[in-house]
Amino acid sequence: MIGYPRWKIALVAIVLVIGIFLALPNLFGEENALQLAADRAAVTDADRTAVVQILKDKSVTPSGVFLEQGRLTLRFSSKQDQLKARDVIAEARPNQFTIALSQASRVPPWMRSLGMAPVKLGLDLRGGVYLVYQVDVQGAVKQLLDRREQDFRASLRNARVAYQDVAVDYSQNRVRVLFRDAEALAKGRAAILSDNRNLNLTDVTVAVMPAFELLLTPQEIKERQDYAVSQNIVILRNRLNSPELAVSEPQVAREGVDRIAIQLPGLQNSAEVKKILGKTATLEFRMVDENNNPLEAAGTGRVPLGSKLYYTRDKQPVLLKRDVVVTGDQLTDATFQPNTQDGAAVSVGLDSRGAAKMLKNTQENLGHLMAVVFIDRSREKNAQGVEVDRTTEEVINRATIRGVFSNNFQITGVNPIEGRELALLLRAGGLAAPLTPIEERAIGPSLGQDNIDKGIKAMVFGMLAAFIFMGIYYRVFGVIADIALAANVVLLTALLSMVGVALTLPGIAAVVLTVGMAVDANILIYERIREELRNGVTPRAAIAAGFERALSAITDSNFTALIAGIVLLSFGSGPIRGFAYVLVLGIGTSVFTSVMGSHALVQIIYGGRRKLDRLSI
Amino acid sequence: MEFFHKVTRFPFMNTRKVWYGLSALLIVTSVGLALIRGLNLGVDFTGGVVVETNFPQAPNIETLRAGLAGAGVAGAQVQAFGSSRDILVRLPPDPNAKGDQIGAHVLEIFAKTDSGVKLQRTEVVGPQVGQELFVKGGWALFATLALILIYVLFRFTPKLALGAIFAVLHDPICVVGFFALSQMTFDLTAISAVLAVIGYSLNDTVIVFDRIRERARTARKLSIAQVIDESINQTLSRTIMTKLVTLLVVVALLIFGGETLRGFSAALVIGIIAGTYSSIYISSALALDLGLRTDDLLERKAAKPEEIDGLP
Repeated sequence: MIGYPRWKIALVAIVLVIGIFLALPNLFGEENALQLAADRAAVTDADRTAVVQILKDKSVTPSGVFLEQGRLTLRFSSKQDQLKARDVIAEARPNQFTIALSQASRVPPWMRSLGMAPVKLGLDLRGGVYLVYQVDVQGAVKQLLDRREQDFRASLRNARVAYQDVAVDYSQNRVRVLFRDAEALAKGRAAILSDNRNLNLTDVTVAVMPAFELLLTPQEIKERQDYAVSQNIVILRNRLNSPELAVSEPQVAREGVDRIAIQLPGLQNSAEVKKILGKTATLEFRMVDENNNPLEAAGTGRVPLGSKLYYTRDKQPVLLKRDVVVTGDQLTDATFQPNTQDGAAVSVGLDSRGAAKMLKNTQENLGHLMAVVFIDRSREKNAQGVEVDRTTEEVINRATIRGVFSNNFQITGVNPIEGRELALLLRAGGLAAPLTPIEERAIGPSLGQDNIDKGIKAMVFGMLAAFIFMGIYYRVFGVIADIALAANVVLLTALLSMVGVALTLPGIAAVVLTVGMAVDANILIYERIREELRNGVTPRAAIAAGFERALSAITDSNFTALIAGIVLLSFGSGPIRGFAYVLVLGIGTSVFTSVMGSHALVQIIYGGRRKLDRLSI
Repeated sequence: MEFFHKVTRFPFMNTRKVWYGLSALLIVTSVGLALIRGLNLGVDFTGGVVVETNFPQAPNIETLRAGLAGAGVAGAQVQAFGSSRDILVRLPPDPNAKGDQIGAHVLEIFAKTDSGVKLQRTEVVGPQVGQELFVKGGWALFATLALILIYVLFRFTPKLALGAIFAVLHDPICVVGFFALSQMTFDLTAISAVLAVIGYSLNDTVIVFDRIRERARTARKLSIAQVIDESINQTLSRTIMTKLVTLLVVVALLIFGGETLRGFSAALVIGIIAGTYSSIYISSALALDLGLRTDDLLERKAAKPEEIDGLP
């Protein structure tokens, strides 16, 4: 009469077994570990063997070694071993790896190879820094307009077309080129289009002058903004993965339209990271104007045509040609060389376009001076609290071209301390748009541990109270509900481990809440059974009716909670999202265990009995 | 064990004026408190800086305050956070302050009082982010209410839906009133608690409605007021038992969850109590006063041929 189909019991059993299996990795705990990442390349198997050998020579034995996703993880059974190993590796292989101190799970290798991992902990539980940057997407559009303006001027100059003006209007998102007459306009248009084929130029008349304009479409603006955000994400990732910053498992993700959220687990002091992340450094190579006197230009303020006035680090004026030989976006590589015969140097690689230009330039200008200009854009607040972009341009190096070179050469004369940072910034590339930090949350590791302890304590006591209460109040059925509750927690843990959503303190609160909801469903069913029994229905019929009739109420009540959970999820800011994820997943597992799971158990306990006079409820 | 062995027979509908009065009082007090005293909005919404530190021994807060003021840190609120050894400093948004520097700066000043002080946590929220989160939180509340209204309309009748929505509004208002009264920090976690309360409170109401619909179809001789009374009484043990167990769990959160979850769990405790109250005393009563009739609850397919036959 209870008639709960066997396949449903089997389904419950299978799900539970899979759940227990997937939740297993959480039982192993964590160990001190080192994470090694190689700069711009994956750590290889050969590196792994080498590192283990280096450690063996100094009699440090790691308790586990894993090579995953290009990162080498070394586990150690004690803190001393971990620290000693770090020093040993750093000494034996200077500058080869980023070495970050971290924690790694003791999960056995076969489980790892199946992709099984324990629940990830959020920053509030493991400590770390959470940063949100605002990307200046307007600035990115401005940069595009500026580049177009420069391109137009260059095209017109190269084609020797006389033009009146090239004017940028940021508010209208357009660049206008003004000419004296229609003939010049036709030539100018041809010159620009021969350099940039895909431009859509429209004729206009500005104050009786013939002109054409390039107007960015909303589509182009959006593309440019998206490009700026995704490009910045790539660059931030590169910067965070370089050996100069020892960060383990950094996460960089887009948030909303124009924001980037960064998670740096285990990091204590964000000052160094923020300094590197916010920088927008790039290089330009220009020829030195050797025919004019820079001191005179600086004194009178009159700069000769075709030149531009710069200063060196020690405030010496320098005149450089306006035409840029190579710009920073043509850089492909930059490495710091501490000990060359000319002192510290940064070795630079160029792409094919840059290399071709550099080759032509060095051939033509052998024996002349070439300068390296370092451009650093940063965003600051002025005295009025208004944000301004400050661009610092300095000549960091002037040297005579002694040979012909193209794609690979060295910049000498850099300061050894700055050389390292310069190499990092050049390599990571210039940011596509300036960044402003707008949110920062840093949680110390001891507070994280404290939060875990409190969260678990609350969970244990809360569940214990519910367990005892249910057992006393509903006796055997109460114990069935308790088993279902425990299964719920196991399944939820399995889901969280599998999905890889980080568990936060609000997430633990959500676990506690779903326990409440699972109990709720069971109480609905049991109260209904009792009611049916009071109405004189036989025990078997009461069970069947209880499970069946309570279902509509259970569906309704969980559905409304699900609505709240999904809204929370889409509302999605850090702490709330952690809560909502667990709530939504937990609603699923709690309905499954408290309806199907407990029904299966009731069937197992009471279903086989031939005579059923009374229920222990 | 069983607390409700016999089905209770409380005359909820006859006494509903009393409960309306109580609810009106609660709502007016809550709104009044929120308007007059205001909410103690957290750094999530106002923007600004929070620095949490831990001392080996309980420090004198006055000394710390004086230290900060002496070092030129303006507008700092210093308070104990949980225990007397945990000190929380809150600073207004300062355009020139950089997060990690302000944390280190506060720590430096505190170290003069006790060199064993440790930095536990820093949070820096830009003023525009705070504003946005506040607006977003408001929208989330609105969206939840709207979606739930649609769901209830779909599942039940318009009159019941209105009763449900009123009951559902009643509970978060009480929670907000509690935050205004206690001056606990109202932050993002508090908002998520309010949303959870909305989901929870509706849950009870829906279960009562479910029963009312069921009874209306089977016990056709009873008046609608009798049906409602019976339904509430029949589901009473379930309503109270589930909320009791949920309260047990939430109280464990309140006691053991630490300071970070205190606001959240307190909001849930208040919300669950208010929700239980409103779904027993208010939501169905309101539906009755909105003119709910047995006919509204009958299945439409069954109701139509009866009308053709001219039956009542």
